[in-house]
Amino acid sequence: MDTMRDRFIATTSRLLDEDPRIALVLAEISRDGFGRAERAHPHRVINVGIREQLLIGAGAGMALTGMRPIMHTFASFLVERPFEQVKLDLGHQGVGGVLVSAGASYDWPAGGFTHMSPGDVALLDTLDGWTVHVPGHPDEAETLLRRSVTGDDRVYVRLSLQSNRVGRPVQGRGFATVRRGTGGVVIAVGPMLDDVLEATEGLDTTVLYATTVRPFDAAGLRRAVGAHGTADVVIVEPFLAGTSTAVANDALTDLPHRVLGLGVGRSELRRYGQMPEHLMAHGLDPHSLRQRITGFLHL
Amino acid sequence: MTNTTTPPVHGYDELDRLMGLMTGDEKHGPAATSTLDVLWVLYDRVLRVSPATADSPGRDRFLLSKGHGPMAYYAVLAARGFFGEELLSGFGAYDSPLGHHPDRLLVPGVEIGSGSLGHGLPLAVGNVLGLRAQGLPDPRVWVLTGDAELDEGSNHEAIAYAGPAGLEQLNTVVIDNASATYARPGGIAARFEAAGWSALAVDGRDHEALHAAFTAPHPGRPHAVIARVASGR
Repeated sequence: MDTMRDRFIATTSRLLDEDPRIALVLAEISRDGFGRAERAHPHRVINVGIREQLLIGAGAGMALTGMRPIMHTFASFLVERPFEQVKLDLGHQGVGGVLVSAGASYDWPAGGFTHMSPGDVALLDTLDGWTVHVPGHPDEAETLLRRSVTGDDRVYVRLSLQSNRVGRPVQGRGFATVRRGTGGVVIAVGPMLDDVLEATEGLDTTVLYATTVRPFDAAGLRRAVGAHGTADVVIVEPFLAGTSTAVANDALTDLPHRVLGLGVGRSELRRYGQMPEHLMAHGLDPHSLRQRITGFLHL
Repeated sequence: MTNTTTPPVHGYDELDRLMGLMTGDEKHGPAATSTLDVLWVLYDRVLRVSPATADSPGRDRFLLSKGHGPMAYYAVLAARGFFGEELLSGFGAYDSPLGHHPDRLLVPGVEIGSGSLGHGLPLAVGNVLGLRAQGLPDPRVWVLTGDAELDEGSNHEAIAYAGPAGLEQLNTVVIDNASATYARPGGIAARFEAAGWSALAVDGRDHEALHAAFTAPHPGRPHAVIARVASGR
C-alpha cells in the first residue's frame, strides 16, 4: 500500500494538471516526488529551498493574486516554525490555502523530537477559521485533499505513516458511526481507528470515526450520546492528548458529561525506536487503550 | 492604466495638512515622515494603480511592509483618492478603518495588513509568483521595508530566493534611516547585490533621484532601491 504522502504527491500532481488555479509551494521536502509536475508546471510548482517562513509567505502572496496554494513540508516546519506567518499571512490577510504536512507525531521515532509535531492541531486551535483533516488511510487523504483545493478557505491536511487497514468513504464533514452501543461514546480520530476498534471489541460502546476534527462535529457527537441525560465521551487522537477536549465539552454544554482525551503525552519521551514502541509509551496501543477506556466508562 | 490619467485629489503640498488631520498637529515623528517622499513619488509617478483599478488583476501592487507610523501612507492614499480625507481624523479610533497599523480588509487600496515586521517581502515574492503563474508579466510588485526590518530572517529568506529565481517584477524600496542596531557590513545595497538583485542607493527626499532609481531597468533581476533618509525632515 502506498503511504498518504505518496498519495498526496500523486494526487497533487494530477490536480496541477487539471486546475490552473492550483499552485504547489515546497521547501525541499518531497521535491523529488514532484519532478514531473515541476517540469510540466514550472510556474506553479515552486520550491523556495529550506525557507519555511517564505514557504508560507509566498504561498499566501500567491493566494492574494487569486491562486489556490498547497504548501507542504513536515508538520514541525509547516505549522510550528512559521506559525506567525500562518497566523498573519493567511488569517490576518483574509486569504486561504491548503497546508499539507507529513511526519505527524511519531512517524519517525528514530529521528527524535525535532521531527515530531504532536502539538500542531492544538496550535492551529488558537486561530479562527481553520478546517483540519486527519485522514486515516491514503484513499481518505486523496478524497480530503481533492475537497480541500476546491474552496478559498484555510485547510490543514495532516498526513501520517500510521494508517488503518482499509479506507472508509468520506462523506461530508461529520463523524461516521462505526459501531453502536449504550455505554459511552469513543471518538477515533484518523489513523487511530483500527486500534480503537480492537480496544473496544466486545464492549457496549458507540465508536465514531472522525477524519475532519475542525470544525468539530458537535451535532454528530450530540446525536451519538443519545437521550440518556448524561454523556461519557472518550476521544482518541494521534496528536497531543486533550486537543479536542474543549470542543467536545462545548458540544455537550447542555448535558452533565465527562470527557477523557487520549493522545500523545505532553512530556518529551527522548526515545528513538519504532512507531509501535511510541504508541505503547503514550498508551495508544490497543491493550492500553482498552484499559483506559474501560476504566473511564466503568465497563 | 497609468496614474498620469488620474490626477490626485490633493497635491504633494497638502500632505502635511492631511497628516495633521491624524496627529492633530503638523509636526510628525520620523517614522511617519521618513516614507513620505518615497510614497508620493511611487503613487504619483510609478505605480500603475488608481482607485478605479484597485481590484484589477493587472494593477501594480504596493505592499507596505513597514506598517508602523502609517500616517504618510494614509495621507498619500487619501491624496490619490483611494478614500476620502474625512476618514483621517478618526485615525486609531474604534470606529475608524485607519489603525496604527494598516489592515487590508479595512482600508481601500491597501494590499496587505502589516505591523509585524518581515511579512511584506515574502508576500510580495508570492504576489510575483502568482502573477507569473497566471500569465501576467506586466504588473509590478513594490514592497516598502525599513533598514532595521531587514534584520528579520524572513526577509533574508525572501532576498536570498528572489535573486536567483530572477523575479524581475519584484521591487523593494528600503527606507534607510540608519535605525538597525547592527549596521550591515558593506551596506544594504551590497546585501541585495550579493543575492543577485539590482540595487541603487539614493537620497530618499530627492524626487527626481527616487524616480530615476525606481524606473531604472533591471532585466532578469529583482530591484532594490535604498532610500537614505535622515531622521526627521
